[in-house]
Amino acid sequence: MSEINDIIESGSLELYVVGALSEKQNAEITAVLKQYPEIEQEVNEIENALLQLSAAASPYNPEQLLDRIKAKLNIGDSTKVIPIQKEDNKTKVLMWLGWVASIALLIGIFSLWNKNKELEQQIEVVATENKDLETQISESRASEEKTKELLAVLRDRNIQTVELQGQQIAPEAFAAVHWDKENNRVYIDAKHLPTPPEGKEYQVWSLTLEPLTPTSIGLLSNFESDENKIFILENINLSEGFGITLEPKGGSATPTLEQLYTLGTVG
Amino acid sequence: MKQPDLLISKLQEKDPQAFTKIYERYSESTYGIIYSIVRDKEIAEEVLQDVFIKVWENIESYNPSKGRFFTWLLNIARNTAIDKTRSKSFKNQKKNLNADYFVSIIEQKTSFSTAVNAIGIKKYIKMVEPYCKDIINLLFFQGYTQKETAEELQTPIGTIKTRSRNCIKSLRKLLINE
Repeated sequence: MSEINDIIESGSLELYVVGALSEKQNAEITAVLKQYPEIEQEVNEIENALLQLSAAASPYNPEQLLDRIKAKLNIGDSTKVIPIQKEDNKTKVLMWLGWVASIALLIGIFSLWNKNKELEQQIEVVATENKDLETQISESRASEEKTKELLAVLRDRNIQTVELQGQQIAPEAFAAVHWDKENNRVYIDAKHLPTPPEGKEYQVWSLTLEPLTPTSIGLLSNFESDENKIFILENINLSEGFGITLEPKGGSATPTLEQLYTLGTVG
Repeated sequence: MKQPDLLISKLQEKDPQAFTKIYERYSESTYGIIYSIVRDKEIAEEVLQDVFIKVWENIESYNPSKGRFFTWLLNIARNTAIDKTRSKSFKNQKKNLNADYFVSIIEQKTSFSTAVNAIGIKKYIKMVEPYCKDIINLLFFQGYTQKETAEELQTPIGTIKTRSRNCIKSLRKLLINE
């Protein structure tokens, strides 16, 4: 044990983190570090202190550069298809089956709903062209008449509406996706989603059905402070459905299916 | 804070979301290192972009058995920044070359991101021994080896080692206790 202490007190770990050792010395330290958790812990603490010190020496947080870098690398989030987990895990498979089954059920419900909507849509309304669509969606909640007005505007602009129904975890939840295919944009109306708990946020997924593949199209960030709860995201996918899951802040690479709040297919 | 090994291995599989998370975790520190070398915000931004492009393109070459990811990233950042200071366009600019540049940045800074224990850092900068400023600047911010640091400061090589331990140890203490 005193050997561990000697290594810790020697000052080598500090030089290891800052990169002042030779390659051979680095490999030696890496080896003991993997062997003794106390040494790894020490290295973590040294690194953490230096991370904070250098972050403090940064004139500002360069968050805004991330998009520019990703554009240069051609890896914008919305264009990348996330492959379904590779691991051959029974429970995962079962969960996917669950998702497939609920989509099948929804297709049924949706076609009924669609017929109903079609009748409603036959009522003639005047489209208010100049109004911002976002305001219009939020206002449409106020009255039936406004809803009809909105539907007309959406139809005029060739925007497709997809209703997302609440899932097991929140049967009362509900959301709508208004998909403007021409401009690759989706308006997510999330007024009927519960406020996410601290440290979590909603993530919206575009789905293609065969094979079932989710692709993240973005987060509903600052949910609580967003007044009308309408979020505009970019969607360039050939979506066949949309789902909304609750994820840790910052989002996840793949959806957490136990936290699937709403789901719907494109009719 | 442990090294995010899973995230790093996902990055090695070229997962863009892992890239985003790695950027969020390390970019501010990396920018601080670069800025302390090039001492110009715009140039530092250019270098930062180049560094993270290199991270994405060369991530396969990071080998966890050879050292920490942070150390690997630090080396890329310092080398890219130093290359920049050697370029033609850079030489025309007058630079403030005092050794404890990182100290004056922190002294002047009024708002810190949440990842930083601002009170602890400010206190450290106020009370730290002058030799610590030199050692941390050379070893950490400028990327000198132990030997180069010893020569620069005309101090025995073994002293550099014990001092760098003590200097970082007192920083850690303040970050935990403040």
